[in-house]
Amino acid sequence: MIRLDYEIIADIIEPGSRVLDLGCGDGELLSMLKMKKNCRGTGIEISPEQIFRCMERGVSVAQGNIDSDLDVYENKRFDYVILNESLQQVLNIEKVLNDSLRVGKKVIVGIPNFCNLRARLQISFMGQVPVTKSLPYKWYNTPNLRFLSLKDFRDFCTEKKIHIEKSWYLCEGRKVVLLTGLFADSGIFVLRRE
Amino acid sequence: MTIVETQHFSLDQAHLKSGEKLGPLSVAYETYGQLNAARSNAILVFHAFTGDAHAAGYHQGDAKPGWWDAMIGPGKAFDTDKYFIICSNVLGSCKGTTGPDSIDPRTNKPFGLTFPVITIEDMVDVQKALVDHLGITKLLSCAGGSMGGMQAVTWAVKYPQYIHSAIVIAACHRHTAQQIAFHEVGRQAVMSDVAWNNGDYYGKALPARGLAVARMIGHITYMSWVSMEQKFGRKLLDKQKLGYDFSKDFEVQSYLEYRGQSFVERFDANSYLYLTKAMDYFNLAEGRKVSEIFKGVTSDFLVISFTSDWLYPSSQSQEMVRALQAEDADVSYVEIESDYGHDAFLVEFDDQTRAISHYIAKVGRERAGLA
Repeated sequence: MIRLDYEIIADIIEPGSRVLDLGCGDGELLSMLKMKKNCRGTGIEISPEQIFRCMERGVSVAQGNIDSDLDVYENKRFDYVILNESLQQVLNIEKVLNDSLRVGKKVIVGIPNFCNLRARLQISFMGQVPVTKSLPYKWYNTPNLRFLSLKDFRDFCTEKKIHIEKSWYLCEGRKVVLLTGLFADSGIFVLRRE
Repeated sequence: MTIVETQHFSLDQAHLKSGEKLGPLSVAYETYGQLNAARSNAILVFHAFTGDAHAAGYHQGDAKPGWWDAMIGPGKAFDTDKYFIICSNVLGSCKGTTGPDSIDPRTNKPFGLTFPVITIEDMVDVQKALVDHLGITKLLSCAGGSMGGMQAVTWAVKYPQYIHSAIVIAACHRHTAQQIAFHEVGRQAVMSDVAWNNGDYYGKALPARGLAVARMIGHITYMSWVSMEQKFGRKLLDKQKLGYDFSKDFEVQSYLEYRGQSFVERFDANSYLYLTKAMDYFNLAEGRKVSEIFKGVTSDFLVISFTSDWLYPSSQSQEMVRALQAEDADVSYVEIESDYGHDAFLVEFDDQTRAISHYIAKVGRERAGLA
């Protein structure tokens, strides 16, 4: 079964697009884009183990840090820059988003919703930092540096004059349309500069 | 792998970067695996500084296989069931290809210091002639570590249309001041040995002490702080307490001595000078910005560095990777975790195999039409 977020992202991207996947993990998405959409894609990933997995899939990938390594690319080099489940692990959010919007014509961001209903209930009634299926980490081992809600992200885009072209809200592999701030455990946004 | 033999190829003349001409030349090389009918499965492998053409398999009667046997063979990173691997000894070396210890046909004596100064580009030109001779018009890949990596990246820049990919391991696009400095100390050690005699020592006493000291320095740069500490620490050499004299107290001293001595038996002092000089002259930028080196490259790249390599540090590989990314080249890069320092490319086989085997398969599939 293909992950719904990958399916949505693959649907967004036109065939033959040039794609840069920031924090590409094991390269599953890039490999899918290459096979299904004939994309020319490359990834940046920080973990050597994940890089070996990318290579096993035949995906081009360079070890690097997305906080600092986007300067080399010229403007609008890529049709899409993807930040799927990686933006919340970035130190300098604004710089990375600005760089992504500079080197990519469009940017696809996928983020977890740290304020979904389950998380809210855990905070309110159990007095604990939430640990849920979509937020599996404990406070002491989370790779996440930024904890945000879907609303927080939309507000940020408005404030920084980043246009949200389209958005999807997901919960456990299904699309959510109502009360997304409560029921969605993640969101996918297509961004471009206004 | 089974028994392999070194072969020889003759070249009338090489036009060197210095402007000099050299020839006729003999080039020692070995091949492993079978060239396919389309001649599309050939990979050129480059040895490092003091290596040779014997990269894999066994020579008749030898107990030890070639220097990269763990990487080249059936089912290995460079899979001889699928690919045709070529490795030649570099110009200026003393392992079968013409170098300063070869006989100069004009005088019937060894060249010694009359051998022209050569460059990494000159080595690559000679390899290109060999590849032409073998009837291969496009290499699936070319790969090497250290000085071998310098040759790989030089192929990509100088002969872009002749390769599909370059695998550049623990290398750089230019020698830095520190790298030149270590080589200079090595050369000074050789040249200050009276037996060196301005390079004219063939048939006489060898500059053994000078060359051994040079090799000791080299060995320190090939290891890491951690690997030396783990291997030797402060372990004493066959004694219970310190000698309070200048005999050898520590194991590390005897290790370096042994390495130095055994090197003298297998390597020519003048080749040591010429090859270190070739590396010191290595600078693909030559006054340009790093980003401009790779304008016009058409091959794909795999760059590999090692965390504890301080002789050719990851930062140099990363500089190349960034320049390639800026030029829109298809480049993959991984920094392999290792305590073995620069030697890691001759030690860390699992991770290198994992990266290289899949990488070559991808290039074969996507660029060379291999199944």
